[in-house]
Amino acid sequence: MATDTIAQDDLHLENSDAWDGAKQPFKASYGKLMMWYFLVSDAFTFAGFLIAYGAIRFSMPSWPVPDFVFKTFPFGGHTEGPLLFVTFMTFVLIISSVTMVRAVQEGHRENQRGVVFWMFLTVIGGASFLACQAWEWTNLISVEHMSVTTNPFGTHVEAGTYLDDAHGVPYADGVEKETFVAGDGYLIHKGHHGHGGDHAGEAHGGEAHAGEAHADGTHDDWIKRRYMTEGGELKQQEFGPKAFGALFFFITGFHGFHVFSGVVFLLIILINVASGLYVKRKNGYEMVEKIGLYWHFVDLVWVFVFLVFYLL
Amino acid sequence: MGNLSYEESKKVVYKGLGLLALITILEVAVALIGNGHIINGFELPRIIMYPLMIGMSVYKAYFIIYEFMHLTYEVQGMRMSILLPTLLLVWGIIAFFQEGGSWFKRRDQIKQKNEKPAEESIKVIGMHAHPSTTKELF
Repeated sequence: MATDTIAQDDLHLENSDAWDGAKQPFKASYGKLMMWYFLVSDAFTFAGFLIAYGAIRFSMPSWPVPDFVFKTFPFGGHTEGPLLFVTFMTFVLIISSVTMVRAVQEGHRENQRGVVFWMFLTVIGGASFLACQAWEWTNLISVEHMSVTTNPFGTHVEAGTYLDDAHGVPYADGVEKETFVAGDGYLIHKGHHGHGGDHAGEAHGGEAHAGEAHADGTHDDWIKRRYMTEGGELKQQEFGPKAFGALFFFITGFHGFHVFSGVVFLLIILINVASGLYVKRKNGYEMVEKIGLYWHFVDLVWVFVFLVFYLL
Repeated sequence: MGNLSYEESKKVVYKGLGLLALITILEVAVALIGNGHIINGFELPRIIMYPLMIGMSVYKAYFIIYEFMHLTYEVQGMRMSILLPTLLLVWGIIAFFQEGGSWFKRRDQIKQKNEKPAEESIKVIGMHAHPSTTKELF
């Protein structure tokens, strides 16, 4: 293998005049080095977003708890599986990263069939990840009604007891009331009220959501449950920090966009490999290596997105 | 592929898969056990949980960069030209987290000022803005 590498370097020298300076900087091709430097700059972009997330989170008295927010999974119904689905997504991305390494290795051996096979698996992995993310977003937007401007996920800052049930109706006598402690997460549900009763949501009507009028005349409103703190104060559930929704959709969306463009580039290069374009170049499928770097970077960013959004 | 033979590097890849999967499972286990989801009534303090999870993530990142992205097999100068600039982020993290903490502290201060009667709070704001001119004004 060592002699192969030397032969490969010589080939580079002949073919590309080694960047016109007779000697290759860092013994790497222009394309590969520039891919690295692009990734460094992209790392700074992501780091900027994640540091902003940290700064904003530090400035808030409460922040939604991840294992409360991310506990749903497809076909799960009302079963709770904290972090289950997102762990699955992480595995999908890790596995697609491994298949990518295999594709690069087969490329070094000039094994066209091997490259096609492993790259194809990588594309499937990337597409599966995107599908998972699509489900996650759909669930958050249309089931839990989180948006860029509204975050129904909150965290209690003090212990207390609810005065009404999940539908905003006061508890009947004899029914055991729900209690909570500081740090417990909650989700403000939306309820359907046709008759304009004076439920909890209306008192704060002007604030964030006055409710949207529906064609059939019914009203879609947030049910802000009332509770009594341990100190005997009467209070109402409020929305969680707005920034949470915006940061979540913006950062995971930006990562998802990287995955999407990665899948597109992988497909283009896969087609080129299959058509035999790189066979003639005889440079160990360097194009596959370059897109491989990008693909691993996407996995690398996910390590940190996973850390700050789902673990901490 | 550096100095590794094809068979050797194939082994490294599958070892890497096992390693990354294991660390991910450990991370999630720390998060779930720490928050009291697995063992009833047992929770870990955050000061133990957070460094553990951050440490494991950094190790995962190191492994991906060095093995999967082959940075180990590049020349020293190239490695440094990629890794050294990221040191700037250390300052970014310190500065912005400090800033976030200060916003948090000022939350109470702003609330207090909002509760003060209007005249008094104008005086305070004026003094803060221009200490020299306030003398003439009041």
